[in-house]
Amino acid sequence: MPPGGGGPMKDCEYSQISTHSSSPMESPHKKNKIAARRKWEVFPGRNKFFCNGRIMMARQTGVFYLTLILILVTSGLFFAFDCPYLAVKITPAIPVVGGILFFFVMGTLLRTSFSDPGVLPRATPDEAADLERQIDIANGTSSGGYRPPPRTKEVIINGQTVKLKYCFTCKIFRPPRASHCSLCDNCVERFDHHCPWVGNCVGKRNYRFFYMFILSLSFLTVFIFAFVITHVILRSQQTGFLNALKDSPASVLEAVVCFFSVWSIVGLSGFHTYLISSNQTTNEDIKGSWSNKRGKENYNPYSYGNIFTNCCVALCGPISPSLIDRRGYIQPDTPQPAAPSNGITMYGAMQSQSDMAAATPLLQSEPSLTSDEMHLPGKPGLGTPCTSLTLGQPTPPSSMPNLTAEATLSDILPMKDEHGGHQFLTPDEAPSPPRMLGAGSPLTHSRTMHVLGLASQDSLHEDSVRGLVKLSSV
Amino acid sequence: MATEVHNLQELRRSASLATKVFIQRDYSDGTICQFQTKFPPELDSRIERQLFEETVKTLNGFYAEAEKIGGSSYLEGCLACATAYFIFLCMETHYEKVLKKISRYIQEQNEKVFAPRGLLLTDPVERGMRVIEISIYEDRCSSGSSSSGSSSGSGSSSAGGGGAGTR
Repeated sequence: MPPGGGGPMKDCEYSQISTHSSSPMESPHKKNKIAARRKWEVFPGRNKFFCNGRIMMARQTGVFYLTLILILVTSGLFFAFDCPYLAVKITPAIPVVGGILFFFVMGTLLRTSFSDPGVLPRATPDEAADLERQIDIANGTSSGGYRPPPRTKEVIINGQTVKLKYCFTCKIFRPPRASHCSLCDNCVERFDHHCPWVGNCVGKRNYRFFYMFILSLSFLTVFIFAFVITHVILRSQQTGFLNALKDSPASVLEAVVCFFSVWSIVGLSGFHTYLISSNQTTNEDIKGSWSNKRGKENYNPYSYGNIFTNCCVALCGPISPSLIDRRGYIQPDTPQPAAPSNGITMYGAMQSQSDMAAATPLLQSEPSLTSDEMHLPGKPGLGTPCTSLTLGQPTPPSSMPNLTAEATLSDILPMKDEHGGHQFLTPDEAPSPPRMLGAGSPLTHSRTMHVLGLASQDSLHEDSVRGLVKLSSV
Repeated sequence: MATEVHNLQELRRSASLATKVFIQRDYSDGTICQFQTKFPPELDSRIERQLFEETVKTLNGFYAEAEKIGGSSYLEGCLACATAYFIFLCMETHYEKVLKKISRYIQEQNEKVFAPRGLLLTDPVERGMRVIEISIYEDRCSSGSSSSGSSSGSGSSSAGGGGAGTR
């Protein structure tokens, strides 16, 4: 039964509509007027993008360059000074194996650093409103007044009760094992940790690259160390120890670098091998989420039961594609996810002619959506020839005036979070509420402000403190 | 004639968006991508329960296939590792292939099943795999389109005109 009663207007002609949002072909004339911007340019998280969105890294990349320099210089010295001697004296296979290891290390390092760790895009305004409505219903409250503390949803996975937390920045309930990285200001799936040495978060999509990187780097470090020592020993058999050192000073430098790196890197590889075989993330291990100390009945619901399967899944399982579509074009008439500081209602002002504009009265109406807001007057905007209207646009907001406020708070956090010099573990949501409290857009729901006020006092704060306590106890 | 297949763009132009329903993820099996098959009350007057559930179950099946762990996925993973992941520059992963299948399926479902009922499914991949967004359209040209104080779908003429589609 056709929805339209009128026959004449509907030719019932089939026209192919792409429901994929990232194709710019649909409205070439529109794009020519506005400079087509890619989604990475307006990405709400604190990331840096290069090569027109192909490369994605965290904001602080200084330590990454240090890592790169250390590896390149040490390997370079090895190939330049030690390999000629060793290739002749022992076997030419040494530089070959060294070369293979080196390329593998560089490849995996770059892959880890440049890829999307599994960032979850922020909720669109409609989704966020729908969730908030459901939260209200679940709490039995209607609008206004003080909002009860932010909630957690409980889910039973394989017999274990897992709490899903609500992320105030991204306005979603985080999937299990996801966590919000305060350094990058993104929710990341299967969040492991934020690694400054690779300049990126380590999450679902790049964990195997990270593991391959540290594993191959351990081999490379041990390899270089062993052969540098061999080189010096062989030389000193001919010319004496001190002369040997004088003849190849580079070897000394390499030996020192390798000696100090080998402990930490091999240790880290061992630790991650343990994590992979038990299918845990660093985050979970540090918090002791699945340890027996929490209770006899506590076990890891994600583990497949045996080490072999866990390893295979972590290293050779399917890789999900990036959800954030960095290189897609922003559709001019699309809903964009809520900015954390400005709240959902900012979009009421920004959307003028879009199909989704029809939804904004829904967002701004405080009482439940089933009231008389359902009838929408025919908006003039809808009559526009939006032939290009595509469905589904998870585009980030176009401007982030709140960035300056965010930066100050996040700068404090890394100081507290530093652990072992190798990994940054971030408490889940501590930075978000204070940031959003500073926003104060007059259109914002008053209840949003109250939420945040209570949130920062309640479980969020408690969680972040708990996270920090756990960190320090390890 | 072909009354089941509609021009979706015309639908959008002639209809106004009434509301959206979000089908959330079902995490009871872990982190694999599955959506809840619970029938949302807002769709009660719009689509048959069985059709809806079938669509969601098929989607769940596709996602399970994409994330399936088995011989072929291991092979792909090992091959990729052996080529230092350069192979992904030429070849698309199994997951991506299944995602393309899913988007074709959703398009087909939209055209055949949902658009005639004034509904539109959004591919979950465009929503970060968090929700299946179903847009409910209220048809402006139908005579029966009026404000229905109750739930979303106001009287679409598929209900036969006349009274609003109250439940």
